[in-house]
Order: sequence, then C-alpha cells, then structure tokens
Amino acid sequence: MFENLTEKLDAVFRKLKGRSRLDEENIQGALREIRMALLEADVNFKVAKGFVEDVKTRSLGQEVTESISPGQQVVKIVHDRLVELMGGESSQIRFGNRFPAPIMLVGLQGSGKTTTAVKLAKHVTKQGKRTLLASVDVYRPAAMDQLRILGKEAALPVFEAGDLKDPVTICRRAVEDAKNRGYEALIIDTAGRLHIDQEMMTELIRIKEAVQPAEILFVADAMTGQEAVNVAATFNERLGIDGVIMTKLDGDARGGAALSLKAVMGKPIKFVGVGEKVEALEVFHPDRMATRILGMGDIVSLVEKAQATVDERQARELERKIRKNEFTLEDFRNQLSQIKKMGALKDIFSMIPGMNKIKAFRQIDPDEKELVRVTAIIDSMTKKERQDHLLIDGRRRKRIALGSGTTVQDVNRLLKSYGEMRKIMKKMTSKEGMKALRRGNIPF
Amino acid sequence: MLDVFKKKGLFDRLKAGLAKTRDILLTDVDDLVLGEKRIDQALFDELEETLIRADIGPAFTYELIEEMKGQVKRKELSRADLLKGILREAMKGILTGQETALRLPSEGICAVMVVGVNGTGKTTTIGKIAYELKNRGERVLLVAADTFRAAAIEQLEAWSNRAGVPLIKQRPNADPASVVFDAIQAAKAGKGRILLVDTAGRLHTKLNLMEELKKMKRIVTRELPDRPQEVLLVVDATTGQNGLLQAKMFKEEVGVTGIVLTKLDGTAKGGIVIRIAKELGIPIRYIGVGEGLEDLQPFDGNAFVEALFGAEG
Repeated sequence: MFENLTEKLDAVFRKLKGRSRLDEENIQGALREIRMALLEADVNFKVAKGFVEDVKTRSLGQEVTESISPGQQVVKIVHDRLVELMGGESSQIRFGNRFPAPIMLVGLQGSGKTTTAVKLAKHVTKQGKRTLLASVDVYRPAAMDQLRILGKEAALPVFEAGDLKDPVTICRRAVEDAKNRGYEALIIDTAGRLHIDQEMMTELIRIKEAVQPAEILFVADAMTGQEAVNVAATFNERLGIDGVIMTKLDGDARGGAALSLKAVMGKPIKFVGVGEKVEALEVFHPDRMATRILGMGDIVSLVEKAQATVDERQARELERKIRKNEFTLEDFRNQLSQIKKMGALKDIFSMIPGMNKIKAFRQIDPDEKELVRVTAIIDSMTKKERQDHLLIDGRRRKRIALGSGTTVQDVNRLLKSYGEMRKIMKKMTSKEGMKALRRGNIPF
Repeated sequence: MLDVFKKKGLFDRLKAGLAKTRDILLTDVDDLVLGEKRIDQALFDELEETLIRADIGPAFTYELIEEMKGQVKRKELSRADLLKGILREAMKGILTGQETALRLPSEGICAVMVVGVNGTGKTTTIGKIAYELKNRGERVLLVAADTFRAAAIEQLEAWSNRAGVPLIKQRPNADPASVVFDAIQAAKAGKGRILLVDTAGRLHTKLNLMEELKKMKRIVTRELPDRPQEVLLVVDATTGQNGLLQAKMFKEEVGVTGIVLTKLDGTAKGGIVIRIAKELGIPIRYIGVGEGLEDLQPFDGNAFVEALFGAEG
C-alpha cells in the first residue's frame, strides 16, 4: 500500500543487508525519511518529532525477516502507530438527554463551518433526530443568508433570527424556538474567528454559557499547515472542544493536521468533509487517514465510496468486464447514472495521486448537463449498438444524433471518450499498470 | 448593519502590518541568531524548527540548513550571527523580484480574475482591492461570478456597498462565464474600467470546476483581445504544503499572474509563499491583514525579508 515511503525506506535499508536486526545505527536514515514524509504532510513539527522517537523505540531490536523487506516492516510499524494514535474514541455525537441538544461549530474563517453545519444537520436528521439549524454569524456579509439558502436546498429547517444582532440573544431564541417546536438537536453555526481575537473568543464563551452545548466541534481545514495545533489548542483551552470535523478532504491535501490535532488535544476527529454536496460528510477512518498522511492515495476510501453507491453484485460484474475489456456502452450508461449518486467521477479520481494530471480523464469528466446529454445519446442506440460500439457507422451516428437531439459531433465525441476509457481501463488493469499505479506513476 | 471596520491611520496600519509580518514570520530566527550562540547541532535544530514551523516546507528547510552546514565545514562561516545573513540572502534571493504591484494598464478595460480554493478569502480580498483602486481614482466594476456558493452574490453585494463600487450580477447558478460576458459589455458601455471578477472557491483537483474557470478566462480573452489580464490566486496564510499544489495546478490551468496572501493577522506564518515563489516563480502582490476595507497591503519582498529577520523598525 505505501509504496512511496516503502521504496525510500528499502533504499535506505539496502545498505544494511546481512544485518539481522534494526539497530540504533542502521535505522537513522529510515527515521529521517519518515520524518520528512510527516512534515511534508503538514504534521506539526513537535508531533512529528515525538512520533519518530516513538517509532524508533518500537522498531529497535526487530528482527529483519526474509519474507518482508525492512522498509515494509518499518512502514507497517509507522502505519499501525498512526492508526492507533488517531483512532480510539468513537465518533458518535453525544446528544445527552436535553431537548434540544445544542451542537456548536467553531473555527477559523474559511474552514467550512456553514457547509459543515448543513451536512451535519442532514446526517443527524438521517439518524432520526429532528434538527434545527441556526447561524449566529452576524459579521460576515450574507453569512446568515448562506445558511438559510443551504438549509432550504437540503430541506432542513433554519432558525430565522430576524433583526436580532447579538449572537448570544440569537442562540437563546434559537434554543427556545427549537424547544417549542419539538426539535431534538440544534446546530449552531458560529462566525469564523482568529483564536487570538480576545473579543471574539469571549463571545464564544458567552454563547457556550448561554446554551450549554451538548458538544462543541472544532471545524478544521485539512489543508492547514503547522499552525493547526496552536489554533485548535487555543480554542480547546478557552472553550473545551469535544471533537473535530476535518473539511476539504476531497482535495489532495495530505491532512497531517489530523494527527497533530489528535496528538495535541486528545480529542477525536469525528467526521470528515469530502465534497460540496450535502451528503459529503463521512465518519472518520483512522486507517485511511494514516494511508493518506503517508502519501498514498486513499484507495481504500475510493473502493468503499464506489461500493457504497454501486451495488456490490453490479460492481463485481463491472470489475470482471473491465478486466476482460468487455466494458460496453450499456455499462457506460449504468456507470453514468451511478456517478451522480457517487459524487462526480473526478472526485473519485482525485483521490488517486497523479490522476488529475491525465488528459483523458478530463474528457470523460462530465459536468451535469453533459451527463444528461450523454445518457440521451446512449438511450438512442439500439441494444445491439450498446453491446458493440464498433457497429456504429456514419449512418447510425446520424440516426442516434437525431434521436437524442444532439449532433453527430456529440456522438463522435462520446464514442471517442468511451474508446479512450476502454483503453485506459485496459492499461489500468494490466499487471504493469497496477504496479505503476501503486507507485504513483500513471501508465498513460 | 454590523460592521467590522476599525478606523486606523495609514501609518499605524502599515506599521502594525509590518510588525505583524515580522513578529509572525521569523522573530524566532532573530532571537536565535542574535543571541550568544555557538554553531552546533542544537543551533541548527532550532533554526530548522523555526523554518518548518513557518510552513516553508521540510525539503527547502533542509536545503538551507545543509547549505549552512557546508559553509561551516568549509570554514567560510564561524560566527553564529552570520547564519542570519545567509538565511536572509536565501529568502531575499527568492522573494525579491517576486514582488510587483497589480499590473494595470493606465487606460482601456482590463479584467482581474480572483481565484483560489474554498475559504481563502477571495470575496473579502476583492472588496479590499476595489476600495484601494477606487481611492486611486479608478473606475471599478465588481463581477459576481461566484454563482455557485449560496449567498456569495449577496456577500459581494455587501462589499460593493461598503467600497462604493458598482456590481454586475445574475441569478444564482447562472453560468459564471455569462456573468463575465455581461460585465465586459457593461464595461464597454462605460460602466467601469477595471473588472474585479469574484469566482467560486474550488479545489484545484476538481477538473470540471477548473474547466469552468478556463471558460471564463476564454471569454475575457475573446472579448478583450490583446488586453492584459490578471489572475490572482488567493492563498490563506494558514495553508500548509498543499499550497504548492494549489498554486501549481491553478498556474497550469489558468495562468496565475500573482498571489494574494490572506489572514496574516493571525499567528500563521504564510511561509508557503516562499516555497511557491521558489518553485513556481509566481509573484506575490498583496497581503491581507484583517477584515476591514483597508486591511490590504502591497507585498514588498525586501521589507518582507527584512521584517522576517527583524532588521528594521
């Protein structure tokens, strides 16, 4: 799984062939590589230092076995330790037994609190709890409008603050309102603020005192660098944080901040945000995060994400077809209808390192309108044509274009994309292809 | 309407801003190298920590440290206080020449696109730039091309009122490129000369959203042929090493011409821009130091480095 780091470590260990144990001397180079990997992933300097010391202790004296390389051996220790450190407590929200149970979201400007508030409300609603949203961000222009609009789009109720200007008053009213209307949870979206802004931090404390939240969740951007821990630690000291929601993990940030925050605050990372859609909130998986920090694409997540939306039998069938290069236009169409559910294809590809460099994927990469058009084109084909795209000659193309209300060029483009997709799939599933992919190189 | 502006004198603002940058950026380095220190591993370790904690990145940090170690070994360097000079030269070499004011032609319509990942402060930055340009007597037009994020148009509208500059907008979810087109037509009709285009935040890995951005840029190029264009990438100072990937991708896709480093009023160091400048050579235009209209300063590489090492003021 961790070919990148493993290879580097193996190179380091190559020098020590013949030695049978990892010792103080021969492990230095490896530890340096691990440290670099962690720092490059934005793990906090001190946390990385402590972590490497810990790994050293655990590695020393380990027998170098024949079956696995010393690199793999050390990477396994590193990975297991990362999982252990980031895991532990369950990510369930403790609502307590008050109605409503207020949940406060806090964090820096731009970390993604408002989007997260709506996602969390959706998540909690799905668990069967009636949930009300409230924004107390009276500072950022149109922040309250933003929550109102997002709530409306997701069919979630949002507290109307009217002309109220004081965040604490708004909170009190929202709690009352939630109580009167029988809501079980109240998610409070607070204004973004700097941890060193005393006035604004005091405001949060006042809100906390007024509503006695069941939980206070710190919203952290996965792209944050070394400062992540100072910020979170200050919020924790002043307010007492119950957990972390890490956002923007749908990008390619390695997210070392996750380890740092857990290490420094000891508070669980409860959820991760993985996209702009309201469903794009997932439970935190320490093992996937460990993989990610070590620099490998989150292939486990990718597979699971696909599995969650594509039914398994279908998925297996698809895999077989891809392997045998029998991926037909029919399958292509089925895929397209899954894509909408899955979040777009490119989100999925973007989890694989290097993938976004590939031109061919850009052509496949569909925007929503394009999806409708492509589906229409395939729908206008006969069953035979869908099974065998080589059948589709010029005349047939004309007919298909006419039937789907598109142009022959559109049909041509689709067939070309489909052809390229097949080619890529073939390369991807070949032995060399998989190997290269694991190394982070793309074979096309 | 609640407002977050605080009125401060220009001088105070400048001084505070510079002191801030210096404090945040590398006062630690100064403490380190000015104190009575011997050159030993402990000193290098401390320097290394300071650089890494500024988000300059491990690779570049080691490069700098190794270079210094080499010089010590070759006996070119024996005094601890000279380490500072070397670090300063290294950073200056990267940053100076990388500072340029917004390149705006003195006449004719021109467009400035403001792009970046989600939550870096694009809209706020536009508000501030609009205010600055307006104070310089420019006729500015705000363009609400973030039609995606809920209430983004309203947010820009609020800034348009604050800064007192007109806004071109359409309905939410309208094609952003068509908003840009409208705005250019409005500018051609004499409504303004400099277009500040607010775009939706997008992760650099989202290919279809990058295509959308390219389309907007194509419209500008088509409608304003041979006119200079600016594409400003807004980078949050708290960003870690991912900032480099952001800059790289946006540069490849839409040709970033400059960087605005925001949120330097926090404790984050923003050192990632040094790595960006080093590896991609993208100039840094402005720094953002607060949420008020005036909390924007031109980036000055020399002053930045001087401030970094606490040599002035």
